[in-house]
Amino acid sequence: MTQPSTVRVVLTHVGLILISAIVLYPVLWVLGMALTDSQAFSMNPNPIPTEPTLANFAAVMGTEDAHGGWLFGRQLLNSLIVAGCTSLVGISLATTAGYAMSRWSFPGRDAGLRVFLITQMFPGVVMAIPLYILLDELGLLDSLLGLSFVYATTAIPFCTWNMKGYFDTIPIELEEAARMDGASRWTTFWQIVLPLSKPALVVTGLFSFMTAWNEFILAATFMNDERAFTLPVVLQSYVGDYNTEWGRFAAGAVLVSIPVMALFFALQKHLVAGLTAGSVKG
Amino acid sequence: MSRLLAIPALLFALFWGTSAGAQAVELTLWHAYRGQERTTLERLLTQYDNAHPEITVVSRAIPYDGYITKLEAAIPRGNGPDLFIAAHERLSDWARMELVQPTATDPKNTAKGLHLSTLRALLVDKTIYGLPLAYKCLALFYDPSRIPNPPQTTDELLAFARQHSGPTQYGLAYSATEPYFHAPWMHGFGGGVFKDDTVSLDNSGNRESLRFAKELLDEGLIPDEPTAALVTQLFNEGSTPMVINGPWFLGEIDPGTEFAVAPLPRVTATGKHAAPYITVEAIQVSPLSAQAPDAWALARWLVAKEQALVRAMEGRQNVATLAAVEDARVSQDPVLSAFASQLEHAIPLPNRSEMGKTWEPMARAIRRVMRGAITPADALRQAQNEYSVLARPPPPKADPLPWIIIVVFTILALMKGAYDWARKHRQEIVAWRHAYTWILPATVAMAVLVIAPFTVGAAVSLLAHNNGEWTFVGWSNFLDILFARDWPLSSPLSFWFTLAVTMLWTGANVVLHVSLGMALAMVLRAPWLRMRGVYRVLLILPWAIPNYITALIWKGMFHRQFGAINGVLGWLGVEPVSWFSQFSTAFTANLVTNTWLGFPFMMVVTLGALQAIPQDLEEAAAIDGANRWQRFRHVVWPLLRPALLPAVILGSIWTFNMFNIIYLVSAGEPDGSTEILISEAYRWAFTRGHRYGYAAAYAVLIFGVLVVYGRITDRILARKTT
Repeated sequence: MTQPSTVRVVLTHVGLILISAIVLYPVLWVLGMALTDSQAFSMNPNPIPTEPTLANFAAVMGTEDAHGGWLFGRQLLNSLIVAGCTSLVGISLATTAGYAMSRWSFPGRDAGLRVFLITQMFPGVVMAIPLYILLDELGLLDSLLGLSFVYATTAIPFCTWNMKGYFDTIPIELEEAARMDGASRWTTFWQIVLPLSKPALVVTGLFSFMTAWNEFILAATFMNDERAFTLPVVLQSYVGDYNTEWGRFAAGAVLVSIPVMALFFALQKHLVAGLTAGSVKG
Repeated sequence: MSRLLAIPALLFALFWGTSAGAQAVELTLWHAYRGQERTTLERLLTQYDNAHPEITVVSRAIPYDGYITKLEAAIPRGNGPDLFIAAHERLSDWARMELVQPTATDPKNTAKGLHLSTLRALLVDKTIYGLPLAYKCLALFYDPSRIPNPPQTTDELLAFARQHSGPTQYGLAYSATEPYFHAPWMHGFGGGVFKDDTVSLDNSGNRESLRFAKELLDEGLIPDEPTAALVTQLFNEGSTPMVINGPWFLGEIDPGTEFAVAPLPRVTATGKHAAPYITVEAIQVSPLSAQAPDAWALARWLVAKEQALVRAMEGRQNVATLAAVEDARVSQDPVLSAFASQLEHAIPLPNRSEMGKTWEPMARAIRRVMRGAITPADALRQAQNEYSVLARPPPPKADPLPWIIIVVFTILALMKGAYDWARKHRQEIVAWRHAYTWILPATVAMAVLVIAPFTVGAAVSLLAHNNGEWTFVGWSNFLDILFARDWPLSSPLSFWFTLAVTMLWTGANVVLHVSLGMALAMVLRAPWLRMRGVYRVLLILPWAIPNYITALIWKGMFHRQFGAINGVLGWLGVEPVSWFSQFSTAFTANLVTNTWLGFPFMMVVTLGALQAIPQDLEEAAAIDGANRWQRFRHVVWPLLRPALLPAVILGSIWTFNMFNIIYLVSAGEPDGSTEILISEAYRWAFTRGHRYGYAAAYAVLIFGVLVVYGRITDRILARKTT
């Protein structure tokens, strides 16, 4: 595309900086609270701490379990395992289902799509106790695997719809050609369609990851052992009946968001790459 | 099947290691303590564990937020602990639900030597449940450099407060709009919640107490919109010399800030003490505990003098054991002894389930009076009315038989329908069988983990839960809600009012999220833009940070006096806005917060979808002379729409059920008018006397509304594409 005028470039940057500032202000506040050695909720409009200290980070990260093991490390690992499993399960179930729903007009397809959508309409309030009973019966209570399954199913509808929407934009001719050459459905899907779907896979994966990464109510209900807690549960344990340890909560919130930002930074190159479109469409 | 399940269980056991030998008695104890209270308790438990080789004590610290739900879910299913520590607030329900054991079952029944007020808190129908470990109540925190002698009467309190009030100075600060914090005045003026065991809110004592609180505000002696965060901030900054708060406040006072604690003053007009509520943290034994005698022994040991002293001195708990309170170490501790003398003039928080239904009407009455919207007498009369609706006895028992017949018949009809459908499409189904195998895993997972639990949860809507008891009531919950039996349609408590607000909320949010997200995505994909990656990462920050804290930061930013937003408005010459006293502004505050949180998702989805749109198409259009808007409208949009549509539909569904923002930012203010359906359901389930059946009916109705919405969007889509 042609190079835009300097004025437009400058105006765009000014606009973006302004929006970023509005977006960042509350975030800086969290950071300010995390870096202040106080457990009070700051009402101070200036988010820059006067005497920055890492005490809250040290307190959050330095927790130990009964055997002197590094508790925070273990909980971080739990979170990564759960979010990772959720993405993996979510993507594999959603891409296959999404592909089938995009490519084949089998009887019941539209109803199936609608049912997937409808499940998103279930308000979570009424689900916690029945899910507890269900996981108890399946013996998956207090297990990271059970938690991942629950998260993955909450993410599947969006993921399926998202993947289907993307597959719809990929022309079918390529696959037909491959099938003519004798490739199986699975090979076509695996070797032709999936590599073309990177941007959608990235969004889908990121979404499932986030679903699992930030959830705490179900995790707190299903997990008993502190060593099986995920980070959001740890974070929530700084909130008490009467008051909250805001400094630690803020430090925890910053720590929880770092992996997401890192992930996004790493993946956004795939969002930019634009490798699919040009080559396929003409 | 069981072998299949054994694999994850085995892996799990290997991963986490198994605990304890077979012979030893294992006692599990759950608590929600934090900080020094927690470390002290755990140290004591380890000590007990070491002293009793035959006993292993396993303690579990559980986040407060899910604690009660977890107790109520786990104990009846036998997954609960042997002992748990909890506030006594819901004790009468728990006694009925059989979550707790009477203290009389303790083989060495030792309720003696414990403070009478704390035992009274644990009394349900003449039976004591559990043993009181500690108590919490409000008291007066003051700055001894400015208040040399704490006020003995409210007249003295007013005099001191006037002396120390100024433009940015407040003589006194406390969460004046919370009924729990207002209660001492109520009791001091001779009022209260119960009269002869029935709830009676409209009495002269309560009216006087409201008038008193309103005067404090009107004279500028206490701050406006006094949230807990603001109270702490004012005290730490030295902007207020007196604060009414509980023992938890000790952890929020900045190190180096001088303070002392004293009991609350007497009310001059009546000569009565301003008596706060006492909340007792009791150790309870589960009725399902297989080793109850051992559990009771541990409970007794924890309340015994030596351990109580350790909890008091190291855990800084206000203990209920008399021998420990009389010990010099506690009685000479300025803070602990101040709370101990407050305990002599405090009232055990009633543990009856009626109490739970008074908080919301009382909070509303206090807020109305403080806003100057209404007189104390009218406010209390309305509060009493609201209470009587919340406390209305559950609908009459219905006969479940017709329902069972209907359910069986429906299942049969569904099976028949499925069979007929399958027969009709037999050949196609066989031809497409590979397609079914592709969708099978996702479908099975959804059926088991989403649809089944929801069906069970939805079935609860046919029941009514009141005071720990369940009855089958059929349609009643739905009829009550839909025909707004208890309120006029225009009341914020009516389903239809809330539905209208929810729809407005959803529409406004989706429009803002999509337009903002899409606009930013369009800008951020321009290849000539430098630092695209940096902007992209900065702009997804709201999505990445847990919204529990950012929502509260936004609430702080909307504070009338101290909020950053009124600060900016003032700088622009606009009068400060009292955001949460009007529907329109409170709604805007929620909307701004949720837009801040919600646009990054739409931005990311659009960025992903834009990748499927070749830029050379746009370039071709540009060469043909199309302007930027035309290129967007005719080239980008048609290609973007199909990919964006699911995100928009799902986004609107999520917004429809976006509980956190409403609950944390406006909290329904003013008068519950900014509540949405899901936050109403939550209130029915948890803050209005645990009406689970009614809440489930709300959930089913939310589902119904969304299904209708889904049908409508389907129609619109079908029309547009043909």
